[in-house]
Amino acid sequence: MKVLVCLGNVPDTTTKVKFGDGTALDKTGVQWIINPWDELALTRAMELKEDSGNSVSSVTIVTVGEKNAEPTMRKALAIGADDAIRVDTVATDAFGVASQIAEAVKDKGFDIILSGIESSDYNGSMVGGMLAEMLDVPSVSSVSGISISGDNVDITRDIDGGREQVSVATPFVAVVQKGIAKEPRIAAMRGIMMARKKPLVVVPAAAVETLTDFIAFELPASKPPCKLVDADNVAELVDLLQNEAKVL
Amino acid sequence: MSVLVYTENWDGVFKKLSFELVSYAAKVAEMMGTSLTAVSIGDVADVELNKLGAYGASKIVKIEGNTALDNQVYTSILAQVANAEGATVVVISHNNTGKAIAPRLSVKLKAAVGAGLIKLPVSTEPFTVSKKVFSGKAAANVVLKTDMKILTLSQNSFEVIETGGSATIESFSAEVGEAKTIVKDVQKQTGKILLSDAEIVVSGGRGLKSADNWGVIEDLADLLGAATACSRPVSDEGWRPHEEHTGQTGKIIAPNLYFAVGISGAIQHMAGISSSKCIVAINNDADAPVFENADYGIVGDALKVLPALSEAIKEAKNK
Ligand SMILES: Cc1cc2nc3c(=O)[nH]c(=O)nc-3n(C[C@H](O)[C@H](O)[C@H](O)COP(=O)(O)OP(=O)(O)OC[C@H]3O[C@@H](n4cnc5c(N)ncnc54)[C@H](O)[C@@H]3O)c2cc1C
Ligand SMILES: Nc1ncnc2c1ncn2[C@@H]1O[C@H](COP(=O)(O)O)[C@@H](O)[C@H]1O
Repeated sequence: MKVLVCLGNVPDTTTKVKFGDGTALDKTGVQWIINPWDELALTRAMELKEDSGNSVSSVTIVTVGEKNAEPTMRKALAIGADDAIRVDTVATDAFGVASQIAEAVKDKGFDIILSGIESSDYNGSMVGGMLAEMLDVPSVSSVSGISISGDNVDITRDIDGGREQVSVATPFVAVVQKGIAKEPRIAAMRGIMMARKKPLVVVPAAAVETLTDFIAFELPASKPPCKLVDADNVAELVDLLQNEAKVL
Repeated sequence: MSVLVYTENWDGVFKKLSFELVSYAAKVAEMMGTSLTAVSIGDVADVELNKLGAYGASKIVKIEGNTALDNQVYTSILAQVANAEGATVVVISHNNTGKAIAPRLSVKLKAAVGAGLIKLPVSTEPFTVSKKVFSGKAAANVVLKTDMKILTLSQNSFEVIETGGSATIESFSAEVGEAKTIVKDVQKQTGKILLSDAEIVVSGGRGLKSADNWGVIEDLADLLGAATACSRPVSDEGWRPHEEHTGQTGKIIAPNLYFAVGISGAIQHMAGISSSKCIVAINNDADAPVFENADYGIVGDALKVLPALSEAIKEAKNK
């Protein structure tokens, strides 16, 4: 079985975001990382490949982004992915990103496609499901566990009010979240050396539509300072929560 | 032209989030000068369906029978209803179910998605929404360029508004394809308040020192009808179950009130809870970063402050 991981390149969570003239992220000084959920997806994909109890033969990553995404992609190769595809275009609109991935992978015979539940920059939770609809394959969302024995895939997914064990035939898209892997895997020295020689194919962007335009970014108004209440007077806090914040 | 809202029930009973969704969608319909149709999939009695009218739906379309969520089946049903109703906007929750259906529906209907919204659209011409980006560190205005639009609403972000209206109920016979996702086992969470549904959350961090000290968190949560949560190291240590961990790599929630107890307030933690309406920090270190993001705070020992707080709340309630 061939596994594909959709891997977003996003600013590190600790980045102080700035927007220059307010129309785009100011990228100066930004540290780029693998989107946290995609990193967990990749980790689980590697675990599955290493487990001899199943037939996972390769793990490919795909990123829609410009050349500056490549260091992040190399990191994924160092963690263990076999090869990488970069679709060369700016990524903002989820429909556009999903369309690019669909075009790039539709004939490549991937059996399991993993995407993360949310990108930590645009926070849409859309790309994985859109990709599944475009490829006309099933999608399982909010996946917190995936295991394979032989050709049989077992999935745990969260529903609103519980958890389910489901099975689905390949090919399919799993939109994964926390729980899918314990800790993200860190690249070892050997992996970093090997990653340099692994194939990273750049494909030109297809002519696809976008459905949304991000027109303006804004930082939130700064919060008023925290009101401190004395530890010996908790009743005052209760009063504030009831009568000022009106949340109790 | 109309606005469509997808409502969710649990064993035939509407969740509060469905009333939030209907209230929100009714306001969107008002902005657009049109009416609101609510869709319900599953076996829900008419008396229960009628409740939706009181929150602003003028028509209810019911599709009986389907219960297990199959993303393709649900998407297909919703697309059929949307087309039959001539809907231009479809409102769906930004929860597990919504995140499963909305993206597929977007492709099927060629409808732009405003995802994870916490407030009404900024304008309808051009159709512009404000959404949080960079895990709550900023907001963006996004133009939805297509004729049809999908809006997904974050839980607990819109108030339930009773309008006192009433609705007509119609059965809809949808063409239902074969489900590809086979559900083999369901573990329903019972008796406990779901973290994602909770209006109040009491959350503990490493400052509580050990799993044995969680009684103070649970007592306060029980008293308030709140859900419990924790920071990542706490679930990593196995002091609390993994479902409770909030933050960048855990659950993202937006309750009305979030108590951060013995939590330092690392940016990765705050990424999961920064949309909470009111944050209360209890920490014995006055310099802990959590106070920079909190609305109210107490500097003190959690093991002393929490029991005192529970007592004070009991007293205030008895008044
Ligand atoms: C990639 C990445 C992703 C991450 N994702 C997450 C995430 O999703 N969620 C998350 O929570 N963390 C996450 N983290 C970890 C995060 O950076 C912090 O390490 C973590 O949130 C700290 O947890 P804490 O506040 O419980 O513990 P600590 O940082 O140890 O803080 C404990 C606090 O308790 C206070 N305290 C001590 N004793 C008492 C007492 N008696 N009474 C009251 N207060 C007391 C201390 O002053 C301190 O502020 C992530 C980190 C990385 C690098
Ligand atoms: N530019 C991108 N390249 C590859 N995958 C992406 C990209 N953006 C998002 N994804 C995938 O889609 C998931 C959800 O992203 P989003 O819909 O933007 O929240 C991410 O976790 C990734 O798996």
